[in-house]
Amino acid sequence: MSELTSLTIAEARSRLKRKEFSALELTEAHLSAMERARHLNAYITETADLARERAKESDKRLAAGEGRPMEGIPLGIKDLFCTEGVQTTAASRILEGFSPPYESTVSQKLRDAGTVMLGKLNLDEFAMGSANITSAFGPVKNPWTPQGRKAELVPGGSSGGSAAATAAHLCMGATGTDTGGSIRQPASFCGLVGVKPTYGRCSRWGVVAFASSLDQAGPITRNVRDAAIMLKAMCGYDAKDSTSANLAVPDFEAVLGQGVKGLRIGIPKEYRPDGLNAEVNALWNQGIDWLEKAGATIVDISLPHTQYALPTYYIVAPAEASSNLARYDGVRFGLRVPGKSLDDMYAKTRATGFGAEVKRRIMIGTYVLSAGYYDAYYVKAQKVRALIMRDFNEAFEKVDAILTPTAPSAAFGINDKIDTITMYLNDVFTVPASLAGIPGASVPAGYTTEGLPLGLQVLTKRWDEETLFRVCQSLEDAAGFKGLGPL
Amino acid sequence: MSYIIKGQTGDWEVVIGLEVHAQVTTKAKLFSGAPTDFGAGPNTQVSFIDAGMPGMLPVLNAFAVEQAVKTGLGLKAKINRRSVFARKNYFYADLPQGYQISQYDQPIVGEGTIILDMPEGSRNIGIERLHLEQDAGKLVHDMHATKSFVDLNRAGVALMEIVSKPDLRSPEEAGAYLRKLRAILRYLGTCDGNMEEGSMRCDANVSVRPVGSTELRTRCEIKNVNSVRFVMMAIDHEAKRHVEVYESGGAIQQETRLYDSARNETRSMRSKEMAHDYRYFPDPDLLPVELDEAFVADLEKNLPELPDDKKARFQKAYGLTAYDADVLVSEKENALYFEDVAKGRDPKQAANWVISNLFGVLNKQGVGILESPVSAKNLGRLIDLIADSTISGRQAKEAFEAMVESGKDTDTIIAEKGLKQITDTGPIEAAIDQIMAANADKVEQYRSGKEQLMGWFVGQVMKATQGKANPALCGDLLKKKLAQ
Repeated sequence: MSELTSLTIAEARSRLKRKEFSALELTEAHLSAMERARHLNAYITETADLARERAKESDKRLAAGEGRPMEGIPLGIKDLFCTEGVQTTAASRILEGFSPPYESTVSQKLRDAGTVMLGKLNLDEFAMGSANITSAFGPVKNPWTPQGRKAELVPGGSSGGSAAATAAHLCMGATGTDTGGSIRQPASFCGLVGVKPTYGRCSRWGVVAFASSLDQAGPITRNVRDAAIMLKAMCGYDAKDSTSANLAVPDFEAVLGQGVKGLRIGIPKEYRPDGLNAEVNALWNQGIDWLEKAGATIVDISLPHTQYALPTYYIVAPAEASSNLARYDGVRFGLRVPGKSLDDMYAKTRATGFGAEVKRRIMIGTYVLSAGYYDAYYVKAQKVRALIMRDFNEAFEKVDAILTPTAPSAAFGINDKIDTITMYLNDVFTVPASLAGIPGASVPAGYTTEGLPLGLQVLTKRWDEETLFRVCQSLEDAAGFKGLGPL
Repeated sequence: MSYIIKGQTGDWEVVIGLEVHAQVTTKAKLFSGAPTDFGAGPNTQVSFIDAGMPGMLPVLNAFAVEQAVKTGLGLKAKINRRSVFARKNYFYADLPQGYQISQYDQPIVGEGTIILDMPEGSRNIGIERLHLEQDAGKLVHDMHATKSFVDLNRAGVALMEIVSKPDLRSPEEAGAYLRKLRAILRYLGTCDGNMEEGSMRCDANVSVRPVGSTELRTRCEIKNVNSVRFVMMAIDHEAKRHVEVYESGGAIQQETRLYDSARNETRSMRSKEMAHDYRYFPDPDLLPVELDEAFVADLEKNLPELPDDKKARFQKAYGLTAYDADVLVSEKENALYFEDVAKGRDPKQAANWVISNLFGVLNKQGVGILESPVSAKNLGRLIDLIADSTISGRQAKEAFEAMVESGKDTDTIIAEKGLKQITDTGPIEAAIDQIMAANADKVEQYRSGKEQLMGWFVGQVMKATQGKANPALCGDLLKKKLAQ
């Protein structure tokens, strides 16, 4: 059975079509893998019965020759996407027992494409974190372990369950969401491809909101082609999301194989600060070399406001979050802790329901929006955000894509004591693209000396995911990265 | 300026600004497709968006935007081609999202004007702004001993907040402003103006100052007063309270106050110190509203005739007095009814019948013109019958009363009551001859110069003909016969 879990989405797609095995067999293989790997804590909710039901439906369609684009492909869904009749927690106690009567647009599109949902994947509480250690359902373990020492590593975050499950072959791919790096950084930590498309490409409808102007869904897969297949099924205009773009969805898969010949690749000097991890630096140089050899032109560029991106992000994102999370008040759904008065009930419910990191961000966000601080923080941050966008706009007049490291390090230990600022610095390379709304992807490109995966990040201009996929595939081809097999 | 508060230290004037929340006439809520029917069962008009469910996103109701722009144009206001929705953050059980989506520093409509016709002359009252926002839900406290119930039917309903400048100087002006604003909204069809059902609500900002001073003193905001009369009473009470406080050496604190109509007093609701910090910021779920010029121009071109223009036209085209014209245009339906009646008839007579007779009946019955027991067609017919001398004015009044009673049409009533006027000279002459024969002494007195007896003779003829004789004809014939 493990042979089935080792397949890529593209392979499984054609072999299902040829009826070499059934969708139900494929799903069963993954369900038993999930069972064996529960120690990773990747799933919050397993939906085995539902998965079997949907797999059978897929088999019927396949038998009738009416298979849809991803018919019978078993996926994991980050537990930030509302799923009809299936508990949706955002990894928070405050949503305990919440079972939405509606399906998010993205998960609905994946259902409509024929995919089979295996379960809901663990994440940082409300997607706030870079290590998947803030989940109310406990931390997720990275299936990768370092050579030469015993340690349990984080999978990155916030889409840590998505990355761990995909890396450990507990699903063929997973949805993630990326607000400041939550798809790309865990992809890098787990040796996977993670794509954050252009803001507005995927509908946010039905996705529990963290920071509305930044949140964007995307796929986490084991290779570039699978990401292209999955993104196509996930994205598209949705009238229910006012920030969704009314643009045709390109066939991302069709550009694969076009190579990078003639493309201009920008290397931003600001992403090479003093003290950059030597292994990361070396891998970046390696990536530059690969692209040059593949026929791309390397161009040194500057993104001068890069150093302000992280502080800007930690004003904008908490500000929006402090407002977005106000609806968790114990009145209509989820946790309610009774109190002596309405205010007392609010205080007790939210004190009990939210974890420390969520509370920290709500407080930061409330502070920066407060009278007397709004101009100094929120307004200033919006201005800086505009400058960061301008940096990218100007850069993309000179280059077609930008290559950087994805994260400043490889995965670290679950039990490492890491202070908040250091934790926030995990997103230093991913946050600028989030603020600019441009697409970005992480491709596994190499290993540390301990054998842990490292990713490289590719960025392109808005709506140019096609170039993004071309560059990613070129790196993938050159790197020859070998992921984990089935556990 | 007639409203002066005589204090012990001198004369005071009141400074009033009004904030009106007008429910936009639209089938759906401002950011969801949920319906907005008044009086529906609790929580039956609620979408997942209105209930603030996780992951739900607002989508702007384009028709509500159109209605707001139309209203702005009707208020002769600046239409802002770019406006922004902002979140106003606060916690309350009737506010599911934990914030109200409103507009803050970039409203959809800027400065405008409302013209008031006051007895002292016309007054231009400035409009500061108009913005779109969501209504909150409703808490019901009296259904359970220890629990409150939440009804979200109103949550998310589209409101226009229309803010005046502090230009009003008396409770009467405030009342006139509200009535005029209501009329404009109803003419435009952008709000039904129904204060009882809460589709138009008013907050009043009130302060006072010594007459002659131009300073703006500390104001108090009186919340949610639900009739024009109560707004006027609340302002009067609040202004006098301010004067008393100042004259006894005290100071007015900026605060929000509630009006208690049963006691005719205001009391403190929350002070400035307790005021919320709403942490307004642009709603990242919504794009800025960009209006193109053609869209606005098109709405402007298709605006209906508004009260001021209609009033001017009524005065000019129908020769009505300013007062009559004002009365007739105050409600769009009244004006329409009047024009139906006046068409092809003497407009002054039409106005007279509508204002003096019909409105009296409607007021007494407490119904609007749309429920009028007498249709415009029937009233017109009645006036026609007077004009061609078929019936007398007195008969017309009798017929009108019967029409009000029965709801039957004019001709039926005239026939049933046998109200046709006698215009044949024969029967009238016969009656005159009989009366003259029986009252030879009175004839003699008349002929010897006591001409005031003419009225008595007319009365006798009317009596003899059961009031059906045409009075003018009657007079002519009497004069002729008595002179012989």
